[in-house]
Amino acid sequence: MSSERAAKADRIRHLLATEGDSVGENARGFNAGRYDSVERLEDYEAYKDRARAIKEEAIERLPDLIEQVRETVEENGGTVYVADDAADANRYVREVVRDNDAETVVKSKSMTTEEIELNEALEAAGSEVWETDLGEFVLQVADEAPSHIVAPAIHRSREDIARLFNEQFDLEEDLETAQELTEFAREYLGERIDEADVGITGANFVTADTGTMALVTSEGNARKSVAVPDTHVAVAGVEKIIPTFEDLQPFVELIGRSGTGQDITSYVSLFSPPVGTPTIDFDSDEPIADAGSEDREFHLVLLDNGRMEMREDDQLRETLYCIRCSACANSCANFQSVGGHAFGGETYSGGIATGWEAGVHGQDSAAEFNDLCTGCSRCVNQCPVKIDIPWINTVVRDRINRDAEDGQFDFLVEGLTPDEEPAGLDLQKRFFGNFATLAKLGSATAPVSNWLADLPPSRLLMERTLGIDRRRELPAFERETFVEWFRNRDVSRPVDAEYHAVVYPDLYTNHVRTDRGKAAVRTLEALGVAVEVPDVAPSGRAPLSQGMVATAEDHARDVAADLEPYLEAGYDVVVVEPSDLAMFQREYEKLLDADRYESLADRSYEVFEYVYGLLENGADPAPLGSAHSGADDATAGTGTETGAADIAYHSHCQQRTLELEPYTIDVLERLSYDVVTSDVECCGMAGSFGYKQEYYDLSMDVGDRLREQFEAPDAADRTVVASGTSCLEQLDSLLTRRPRHPISLVDPGRVD
Amino acid sequence: MATQLETFESNLGTVRTDVTRATPSTFEAAIADAIVEPAVGTSLPFEEVSLANTDVVCDPTSTQLREAACGVTAAAIGVADYGSVVLEATPDGAEFAGLFPDRHVVVLRKRDIVPDMAAAFERLGDRFRDGRDDAVIATGPSATADMGELVHGVHGPRETHAIILESEEQSERDGETRGENDVQ
Ligand code: SF4
Repeated sequence: MSSERAAKADRIRHLLATEGDSVGENARGFNAGRYDSVERLEDYEAYKDRARAIKEEAIERLPDLIEQVRETVEENGGTVYVADDAADANRYVREVVRDNDAETVVKSKSMTTEEIELNEALEAAGSEVWETDLGEFVLQVADEAPSHIVAPAIHRSREDIARLFNEQFDLEEDLETAQELTEFAREYLGERIDEADVGITGANFVTADTGTMALVTSEGNARKSVAVPDTHVAVAGVEKIIPTFEDLQPFVELIGRSGTGQDITSYVSLFSPPVGTPTIDFDSDEPIADAGSEDREFHLVLLDNGRMEMREDDQLRETLYCIRCSACANSCANFQSVGGHAFGGETYSGGIATGWEAGVHGQDSAAEFNDLCTGCSRCVNQCPVKIDIPWINTVVRDRINRDAEDGQFDFLVEGLTPDEEPAGLDLQKRFFGNFATLAKLGSATAPVSNWLADLPPSRLLMERTLGIDRRRELPAFERETFVEWFRNRDVSRPVDAEYHAVVYPDLYTNHVRTDRGKAAVRTLEALGVAVEVPDVAPSGRAPLSQGMVATAEDHARDVAADLEPYLEAGYDVVVVEPSDLAMFQREYEKLLDADRYESLADRSYEVFEYVYGLLENGADPAPLGSAHSGADDATAGTGTETGAADIAYHSHCQQRTLELEPYTIDVLERLSYDVVTSDVECCGMAGSFGYKQEYYDLSMDVGDRLREQFEAPDAADRTVVASGTSCLEQLDSLLTRRPRHPISLVDPGRVD
Repeated sequence: MATQLETFESNLGTVRTDVTRATPSTFEAAIADAIVEPAVGTSLPFEEVSLANTDVVCDPTSTQLREAACGVTAAAIGVADYGSVVLEATPDGAEFAGLFPDRHVVVLRKRDIVPDMAAAFERLGDRFRDGRDDAVIATGPSATADMGELVHGVHGPRETHAIILESEEQSERDGETRGENDVQ
């Protein structure tokens, strides 16, 4: 096990060193471009809703639409073939190629043909196959798999490509600049296109009512591959069909923006083949127009390859809505560091690849890289068809867990942490998934537990059996839990309070960072809220992160039951830990029945969102800690004013997905703090991920971008605050300054 | 407020496409300015103008196409919000003339400019159902960043130029409006 882990860590380190820079620069460029471009699009949200609705309808009606496509394409004079699987599709295309005596075949970029490994199949049958998209051409020459679904050669720098071309081609002079490389490729591929007998493309969309293919490219190669050879084969997954021609419009406006951040890509080709463009013969001296287009032949291969089964699968179905724009990959902090080759999979890469790989290649292919999704949820709002990508990752993780064989160390956790999961579940997963039990034990035996855990032999053992990296500082458990503190406290409750709230004692606030819980209680009470801190079950975030869905579901039910009496009595639920709030508002929808989910989701708030609401409704902020309180405030203890008014704030991923970041900033600013914020995608920790030995280096590499921002001159002297537990831990290891939770600044009993 | 034409023109600029306005009487001069020779083209489906009296070789052979530095073709629609033009394939090979040479000159009537993609798709839907079912929405020159930085003219043109055709009266009226705007 640990050698497997070490191998994984090695491979990640290797990719960080060799491909990380190039991937990072490009993916972050695309990502920034997307933010700018969607900003310019009026009604972006409405576009996404429409795009999603079209896809939902299309997948729902898919069998009918396939028949409709068959009719319209055949009416237009083309042929449609529905292929069951890769072998079936390859056989069909091979026959078309053979019937045309095609020695040379040119292709424009198509992930679907990568999925079925069409090139290999055609080459085995004796044809030369050339990729005409420059990125794909580079990979073909290098004999490599794509690292990215839109920009396949994203991991290669110009210098790399120059070296490759200079080695592979017999050139008079070495190529160097991007311009030279491009010109060489253009000419080389131009000749291949001219001599080709068959052109193969994918299709971004196929419209059922008109039998139209839509191809989105920036280079113009798809058009040439269609128009120059007189036989055209389009290979498309059945999920590419949409009902009507007009349905193309939102996608045309969304796809480029979502992918590379361009408002629109240079060429959006729309055609209902066979096309009317005359066939071209470069040896003839007749005007092109005289050739006519009668010889043109068109075949549409619609590929099933597991998709119809995905359609029946309630959890994987959404994957079929994906338009392969790559926004999820570009916005993924881990992807930005290592790229698609670390994400593995046979064909697809990045966030949604888990769904694709599980659907078309089976779970084993998805298993390899599924772990790299930390569940941070940053991709969720970036997806133009609103797919809950982390959820698909979680589900597939769960299924992989269930397929696992019994492990040898199971007895270690079995008795300690009974859960709903299969016996063979990876020990590391089980350990993190049952953090609740550990936390309870840790608090009960603190400080001995902390001392014990920190001893070198313990760390070694933990690393060996659980894969917890020795370099990470472990959370220190408090002897008195947050719930106990509240219970033991002797403070009179406000009479006739207008607001009643439960402060949710999440695992960390209850056992590790009790200070932030206490600060939250004091803050709310100062604003006139009657507060309760009952003993409530853990949210289930920890098991969910490990793909232990059944255990998470158990937790969810317990939480709902524990909170029900309070909700019925009119209490709101205030949550300090953003990842737990995200559980209540996002994942619980999948884990609880609708009524229970809604009543909890509607009434739960992030602590700053709640404070903001109170202030907006007229609560007096005077008792709260502000930039000016500190030294002269009796309750502030040893506080000093210097520097503490200037804040560098890192919001938590899930908090940003829920669009809650502005509340913290607003409240801090009302209290005269000067706030700058980080704009990196993620801190790189995302909970258990950063503790795991195999991911430590990746986690630190991602974190490095946050460190750079907070060490830049405009932030270097500021007090660092962060909302999430994992962000705080990561910042703690990245910076020399000790980060704190923003609620500690607002706390009326603020202690600096 | 910018007029639709002005929006279109400024967006063409954003996507690296030069623009000239022309009327039927200034059209030939505009073509002469916009092309580089040798130029090939396909017949324009507009009554007001033709390429007959220009230096553009219409109805080219494949050799002429291959040697051309410039291609001239018509656009059916202009999309103001994006600076996009809709190029239709024709039986005389407009598609090739717009794709092979290094420079592409697009001729477009002012009245075929629509404000946004939604309007463009409405028109395209009608055309596709009528059987004119082959079009490229082209926005600026061909481009790639696959070789490490942005390079234009990969498989398609490196330079694009749009000639917007107005009627004589439109052009005068535009002049007046522009004049009025200047006063304000
Ligand atoms: S899942 Fe969404 S964001 Fe990711 S590639 Fe598919 S459509 Fe794009």
